[in-house]
Amino acid sequence: MVVAERVRPDQQILKWRERIVEVIRQREGLRALLLAGPGGLWLLLFFLLPIAIVFAYSFAHRGPYGTVAWAFTIENYTRFFDWLYIRVFLVSVWLALLSTIICLVIGYPFAYVIARAPRRWRNALLVLVLIPFWTNFLVRTYAIMLLLRADGLINNALLWLGVIERPLPMLFTPFAVVLGLVYGYLPFMILPIYASIEKFDFTLVEAAQDLGANTWHVFWRVLLPLTLPGVLAGSILVFIPSVGAFVTPDLLGGGKVVMIANLINQQFLTVRHWPFGSAVSFVLMAIVLAATMLYFRLGEGRRV
Amino acid sequence: MTSEATMPSALVLPKRRWRVSFGWLALYLNVVLAFVFLYAPIVVMSIFSFNASRQMQVWMGFTLDWYVRMLHDERVRIAAQNSLIVALVSTLVSTVIGTLAAMALERTRFRVKRLYEGAMYLPIIVPEIVMAIALLVFFNLAFTWLDRLFGLQLNFGLGTITIAHIAFSFPFVAVVVRARLADFDRTLEQAAQDLGATDWQTFRYITLPLLMPGIIAGALLAFTLSIDDFVITFFNAGVGSTTLPLEIYGRVRRGITPDVNALSTVMLLASIVLVLGSLLLQRRRTA
Repeated sequence: MVVAERVRPDQQILKWRERIVEVIRQREGLRALLLAGPGGLWLLLFFLLPIAIVFAYSFAHRGPYGTVAWAFTIENYTRFFDWLYIRVFLVSVWLALLSTIICLVIGYPFAYVIARAPRRWRNALLVLVLIPFWTNFLVRTYAIMLLLRADGLINNALLWLGVIERPLPMLFTPFAVVLGLVYGYLPFMILPIYASIEKFDFTLVEAAQDLGANTWHVFWRVLLPLTLPGVLAGSILVFIPSVGAFVTPDLLGGGKVVMIANLINQQFLTVRHWPFGSAVSFVLMAIVLAATMLYFRLGEGRRV
Repeated sequence: MTSEATMPSALVLPKRRWRVSFGWLALYLNVVLAFVFLYAPIVVMSIFSFNASRQMQVWMGFTLDWYVRMLHDERVRIAAQNSLIVALVSTLVSTVIGTLAAMALERTRFRVKRLYEGAMYLPIIVPEIVMAIALLVFFNLAFTWLDRLFGLQLNFGLGTITIAHIAFSFPFVAVVVRARLADFDRTLEQAAQDLGATDWQTFRYITLPLLMPGIIAGALLAFTLSIDDFVITFFNAGVGSTTLPLEIYGRVRRGITPDVNALSTVMLLASIVLVLGSLLLQRRRTA
């Protein structure tokens, strides 16, 4: 092709842009690199590398003044088998499990009612569930603190009613922590269960009843098995953030209920034993990984 | 027959509206109680932000004092400013790299794709506290070495917070945009090309506009994640880089006073406005 006239500069720019786009289009490898590159780099530098450093630290010694001394040891992991730390581990898993079960017991019937509500109500109800959830987590935890305090609304109401004579100690107890976790993560349970009940074919209920099943049979043998994917997804979504929770036990447990995240925080910011803190972090990651794998196992077995 | 008639049948909708069964009553009660549970704490908190008494157990009359005081509070102003700066920069960067990553995952093939995809989901699964201390350790080490090698004096501050926020936000953007890309009708792009559109034109006038609702949803998510984050910010903040959640945490730790209620109530209202706004926006776009 012969270019007859002189090209205007802005047209020149347009031409170049087309050319660059053309080259990118033809070479898929280059295109993938340009698209995936920035995210990949960020992930590598500010996520994978930091995690790798923590992993390396977990096998190091604690140096003087809270520094890290590079000499290989597995002491940080064996140290975890002290009853003091095993207790923290057990308390975390137990409180997270309890919160998950309570969320399930409240969340399943809740999701059921929403899913069976008239269509135009459903979205409104879901938004109502989500509004507190979209509020800052710290703000919500603080709101719970206000209610549970010795001079909080609940104690005042109970005193006024004459149910109790002295304020009940509710704040800074495991009860407060579980309440905070359920409050924080209940929507995580409701939404997946809602999604699976909404997809459920309710003519199956009629079929079961025609065959003589009563309400309990219908629930245990038909509805629950077929909505189990939602139950499992909700449970894992509540359990994982609960077992690693930091703010909830910190504010509502007030140092009396110590969970794994509080132990990590303490090792990093107060005691300054970074290698041990790193090892505890990897124990927490192992728990989360185990829970995730269990989830996929159960899910696979169900999907026949 | 008789046993079936008395059995509370919760699983089928009552045939006649006025004969609500025991089972349904229990279900409705559960819903009402759950809503009370979800709303009571934040409603009580908001009401007491208007309480004239400093001691919070008794209602002493209506006042806007705590809000006025908050408006004049220099610390709150700086914290709000910091939160906004971090959230805006982090949203911008994570929306761009998240969208690009989504395109890479959905539109190209490359050797380490499965690995890339897996790594992308990790920040979503890994506990916040672990990511927080990992970044703390990383920045600490990086700053030590930059100082030792180049004499570069860097410190924790808004920069480290922003970098951390991008790291946990952009995978969420990628997930949201990718979902939109997955059910994208590619024949539209082919049609544009058949009509003589160049690649750039196809992208600019077909792909991007169709992708926009996903990108906006992703950006809103990134903004919310950033402005709400406490744990990761807490471990990666420096002197003078206090954000709103950090400011609230500091005050709660020092003792509960009504000014925290006022600040929390404002944040509550802001997030409600943000969520309802984005829902309305999405509804208008799909309509």
